[in-house]
Amino acid sequence: MSVFLEIVVSILLVLGSIVTLIGSIGLAKFPDYFTRLHAPTKASTVGVGCILIASMIFFSVELGHVNLKEALISIFLLITAPVAAHMLAKAGLHYKVNMKENTQNQHLAKKAYLHKSPDDE
Amino acid sequence: MLSYAILISCGLIGCALALNAWRLIIGPTTPDRIIAVDTMYINSIALIILLGLYQGSPSYYEGALLIALLGFVSTSAFCKYLLRGDIIE
Repeated sequence: MSVFLEIVVSILLVLGSIVTLIGSIGLAKFPDYFTRLHAPTKASTVGVGCILIASMIFFSVELGHVNLKEALISIFLLITAPVAAHMLAKAGLHYKVNMKENTQNQHLAKKAYLHKSPDDE
Repeated sequence: MLSYAILISCGLIGCALALNAWRLIIGPTTPDRIIAVDTMYINSIALIILLGLYQGSPSYYEGALLIALLGFVSTSAFCKYLLRGDIIE
């Protein structure tokens, strides 16, 4: 493996793991359910995508032919992460989780907050 | 150089998994805990791919793909349970 490719793979690995760590810090530190939902669903996808691209480059060079198996995981994550985030946001609205008063666009949640929460009973 | 990069990445993703576990323990509501589990399976995919890179064998990819599939199915099942009170109606 040439030095240039090794540098590219190393930079992609470290960059991807730093982005993943930033997403998890956001999940741990943000004050509000909907801001916490926002942080990891984007950052983890980008970080894991970087790591999968690094793995694709490494194994393509190592095995001598183009290896696109990891692209399957990347495409699957790109498709399913927004769907999972949408379902989690709907579950949060249904549960009437507490919002901070400076969270933006609160009027959009007003209609969903009219019904009775499962926790209120 | 590549082995050092893999070790550094493993450390950073381990920190990320620890933060997710922290949110899983303290999470004030049930949806918070579901987000923590959802993020944990995505990070564990990265950890398994890093193990495959470290050992130089491409056969860990099947395990990562299996975790990706079952993780999405479990997240949607949890959300369905919260929304409807039942998974298969």
